[in-house]
Parts: sequence; structure tokens; C-alpha cells
Amino acid sequence: MLRFITRRTFGAVVTLVIIAAVTFFLFFAVPADPARLACGKVCPPELLEQARHNLGLDQPLFAQFVSWLSGIFVGRDYEGLGHCSAPCLGYSFVNKAPVLGTILDRLPLTISLTIGAAVIFFIFGVATGIIAALRQGKALDKIASVSSLIGASVQIYFVGTLALYFLVYQNHILRQPKYVPFTENPLSWAAGLLLPWIVLALIFTANYTRMTRSTMVEQLGEDYVRTARAKGMSARSVVMRFALRGTLTPIVTILGIDLGALIGGAIITETTFGLQGVGQLSIRAVTSSDLPMLMATVLVAAGAIVVFNIIVDIMYAFIDPRVRLS
Amino acid sequence: MKPPETVGRSPGQLMWLRFRRDRTGIASAVVVIFFLLVAIFAPVISWLYGKDPYALYGQDTPGLLNDYGYPILPSGGISSDFWFGIEPGLGRDVFMQLVYGIRTSLLIAVIATVLTTAIGVVIGIVAGYAGGKTDYVIGRVVDTVLSFPSVLFIIAFMPVVENIFVSPEEETPVWLRAVTLVVMLTLFGWAGLARLLRGQVLSMREREFVEAARVTGASPARIVFKELLPNLWTPILIQASLLLPALVTSEAALSFLGVGMIEPIPDWGRMFRRGTEIYQNDITYLIFPGVALLVFVIAFNLLGDSVRDAFDPKLKR
Repeated sequence: MLRFITRRTFGAVVTLVIIAAVTFFLFFAVPADPARLACGKVCPPELLEQARHNLGLDQPLFAQFVSWLSGIFVGRDYEGLGHCSAPCLGYSFVNKAPVLGTILDRLPLTISLTIGAAVIFFIFGVATGIIAALRQGKALDKIASVSSLIGASVQIYFVGTLALYFLVYQNHILRQPKYVPFTENPLSWAAGLLLPWIVLALIFTANYTRMTRSTMVEQLGEDYVRTARAKGMSARSVVMRFALRGTLTPIVTILGIDLGALIGGAIITETTFGLQGVGQLSIRAVTSSDLPMLMATVLVAAGAIVVFNIIVDIMYAFIDPRVRLS
Repeated sequence: MKPPETVGRSPGQLMWLRFRRDRTGIASAVVVIFFLLVAIFAPVISWLYGKDPYALYGQDTPGLLNDYGYPILPSGGISSDFWFGIEPGLGRDVFMQLVYGIRTSLLIAVIATVLTTAIGVVIGIVAGYAGGKTDYVIGRVVDTVLSFPSVLFIIAFMPVVENIFVSPEEETPVWLRAVTLVVMLTLFGWAGLARLLRGQVLSMREREFVEAARVTGASPARIVFKELLPNLWTPILIQASLLLPALVTSEAALSFLGVGMIEPIPDWGRMFRRGTEIYQNDITYLIFPGVALLVFVIAFNLLGDSVRDAFDPKLKR
């Protein structure tokens, strides 16, 4: 098991370094002047010169990448700007501060938004899926497949805005989405994110219901389930201990993909609900041409996708012991 | 009595026969064709309707927009003259914006779908057929591409592209934005298809008919094009039909975030962007592109499902 995790982690680190390199070289190696990009469209010459020096643009490109990369592990000194300690992802010339602090400020929102929604739609989807499979009820199954089709086709900025209009502005049923740190007040934290969670759950739940139902029906027809039944095991144990285990494997894979998509698409969710998370941060970095900040947000988003992939693989190995051996 | 005569039918005919019996499939095909026709005949519709998507009716004709730029008539200014209302602010005709917007979305999505499919097919087949080191390298590239936060990257890269091709004093030309969008969507789209086809080729490579071809001395090119490819058309077609709506929504999302098509080219995504800015005062303006895109994507997804069922009736969804 440990070897499995180590191998996957190593692969993930390699992927991240490649993504960092590709992003770095594309942004810094294109024949345009990165200092001008970093400085903005109207830029006085002395500021341009300073930006060029601060970005280390007087050094060869590869050396620049290496010093950026080593900054992550050992920190880095920016001349005239100060020290950027150990996991240094760069220095934002717009904020006049290391980028990591700003990102860590915004990250809890994005994570709360994503994970909160995922917990809701996963539990709800799997539960309704199991019920649908056990009842083999045609009605629930039909509803699930129609709503999963709509969920897959609808745009979050459309339903989200409609929900804001009808639930917040017209009828004041829910609050305007707002982030309150969990440690400050768990209730306000949940209340503030309730609307985005509901909208995300509306979009994603039905797919989990449908997938769980069809896999569960398949699993209930398997020989080992029949054996368990034949030796007199209660129906509840058969479902919970045997059939569910087999059902979860494909579901967890989809969850991993969805979580990655949610984090990568956090920009859209955050823009729709006016939440100031990492997604919004990256948009602001683009509009203010804050390259180091942009690099860092790309890396954080890629990191999230990669980390979720590993978590999914590990969960996979726990659910299905055969995976560990391969 | 003679038994009914057996008729020889090609796989294509069989598929068509099965498809014709699928009511959902036919209905969604009708909707998709309707959208295509609207896109193709947009100028004709414009001529019949008597308006174009660029004129600022609300600003040119007094009595349509109030002092704040919102339509005076209720429901976004819907009237017999302006069927779907008037755009707040600029005062353009919403119906024409929608009709011409289909053209933009479809043109970009269709080109990107064709390119994505072509690249995905070639790379997938090469990886699956060549195996070994080639397969490993392509596999890692696919992993990396799939781990890229593509939306974020496209947003970030747009100003870089513009900085290369456009000097700061100039406006970004429309064609450049369109080409960049197509290239970006293609760049992040091919990996999924390549991975899928690689798996298919891998399982097919050891089958008897491929082995037989190899033993009889067929060249790799012949094996790929004459033996493998005909067996891959079904998954390719299915994937392409699911890819198109996905790309339409990706393009809309990028426009919603402000890096899609630029003014004055009509575009659904930009209508969403404007709609979400002013929804508290005029929700109607958001509803038209929202419903149109929803219907379009649902129809396309259903069509994709029906095509899959028609090709492979045994396949369970």
C-alpha cells in the first residue's frame, strides 16, 4: 500500500513540475516582453526596467525557471522587496507581497465551496441510487435519468443567476452568498454557502443517483451476493457490506473527475455567485497582468486536480484490494 | 407458405433502421437540424424580420429604453417589433443576437470538434498500436494535459497571445480571437479521446483479424487504416457527437468569463455575461440565451445517446 502511494505521489510531482515548466515557458518565453505584461499596458520606462530586473529577466530563461522552482523549496530573496520564505511561489508586484499569503487567504473559500457541494451531492446521490436499485422503481429511475440529462446540460451561470434572482432578490428565502470562515462561526459558514451548494448539488446529484442505481442493480445480480444471501445474511448487511463496496468503485472515479472539474471550474462558480476565492483571484491576476500570481493560481489548480486523482486512486485501492497488487 | 425473404443489409442501413424507430432520437435530430438551419439562414431570417444584430435600435429610437438604459416595456421590452426584447444599454435586438449567436458558437465548436477528433484519433491509434515507449510517452502527455486547469489557462494565455500578435495601440482582430479560441479548445480537448481510442486499439491489436493481416504481410499503414479504423468509427462518431455540445458550452463559458468572442460579433456567452451583470433589473435578457443553450445542449446530448444506441444496441448506458 505504501509503495503504491509513494509511486503515485512521485508521478504526481513529475506532472506538476511539467505543468509548472510549460506554464512558465509559455508565459515568460514568448517573444513578447513579460516585464511589460507584468507592468501593465501603460508603464513608465523606469518601472519597466525595475520590473525586468525584479522578474530576473536579465538572466537566461532556464536559470529563471530553476530559481523559481528552487524558491518553492528553499525560499527566495527579492532585491529591494524582501524575503519570500520557504514555499515561495513568487512575488506579486501588484500586491507588493509574496503570492502564497494571498492564495492561502482565498483557498479556504474555494475548498469549502467545492468540498461542501461534493459531500452533499455524493451522499444524496448514492443514497437515492441505492433506494432506486432496491425498489427497482421505474418512477425514481426515470426522474433520475431525466434530471441527470438536464444537470449535465445546464450552465451554472444560468441556473445560479436564476436562483440568485428568485431565491435571494425576489423572495429573500436565502442569503446572498458570502464566505464566513468555518472557525469563526460554523453556522454562518454553512448559511453563507448554502445557495451555491444547492445549485451545484442540483447539477451533479442526479448523475450519481443514476450511476449508483445501475451499478448496484448489476452488483445485486452477482454470484457473491447470492451466496451471502443463501447463507442467511440479512438483506441490509448484504447491501451495505458487499454490494455497496462493488458499487462505489466506479462512483469514486467519477467523483474524482467531478472534483477536479469543480476546482478547475471554480472560476465560473465564484464569478456567478460573486465569491472572492482562488478563481476570482486568478481573474484579477489576468486583468492586472500579475504574472507571478497567475503562475501560482495555475499551479494550485493543477495541484488540486492531481491531488484529487491520487486520493481517488488510494480510495480505489481501499475499496478494491485487487488494485493494490497491479 | 414461403418463409420471409432474408434481406442483406449493411451496418449503415441497420443503424439507420434502428435510429428511425427511436422517437427521442428523431425528435432531438429535428431540434439539432432546426438550430443548424437557423445558423445557415440567419441572413434570410434577418431580412424577413427586418432587423440586424448590429443596429442600436434602443438608442436610435426614443421611447424604447428609459434613462438608465433598461427597456421601458415589461419583460425586457418584448413587443411585436422586438420579439425577444431589447438588449439593455446598447439597445440591440435580442432575437437577432440569438440567431446570429448560433453561427458564432457553432462555427467555433464545429471547427474545434473536427480538429480535436482528428488529433485525438491519430494520437490514440499511434499510442495503442505502437505500444512500448511511444505509448508511455503519449500516456504521460495525456495525463499532463488532463491535469491542466484548462479554463484558467486559456483565460491567462489570452492576453499573452494578444501581446504577441497585436501591438498595444491596436484593437484585437476578431479572426485572431476566433483562431485562438479554436486552438485552445483543441489543445485541451484531444487528450480524452486519445486515451479512449488507445484503449480500444490496445484490445483490438491482439485480435485474430489484425494478426492475420500482419502475417499476410500488410504494412502498418494498411493495418491502421484498413483493419483498425473501420472498427473505430463507432466510438469516434459517438465521441464527436458528445464533444460538439461540450465545446459549445466551453466557448460560452469563456465568453461569460470575458475571454470569448469580442464585440460586435453576436455571441451567446457574452449575452450571459451581460445578462448576469444586469439580472436584478432585467432577468428576461438572461433567460433567452439560457433556455436556447439548454435546449441546444440537451438535444445534442440526446442525439449522441441515440446515435450510440443505434450503432450498438447491446451497449448499456
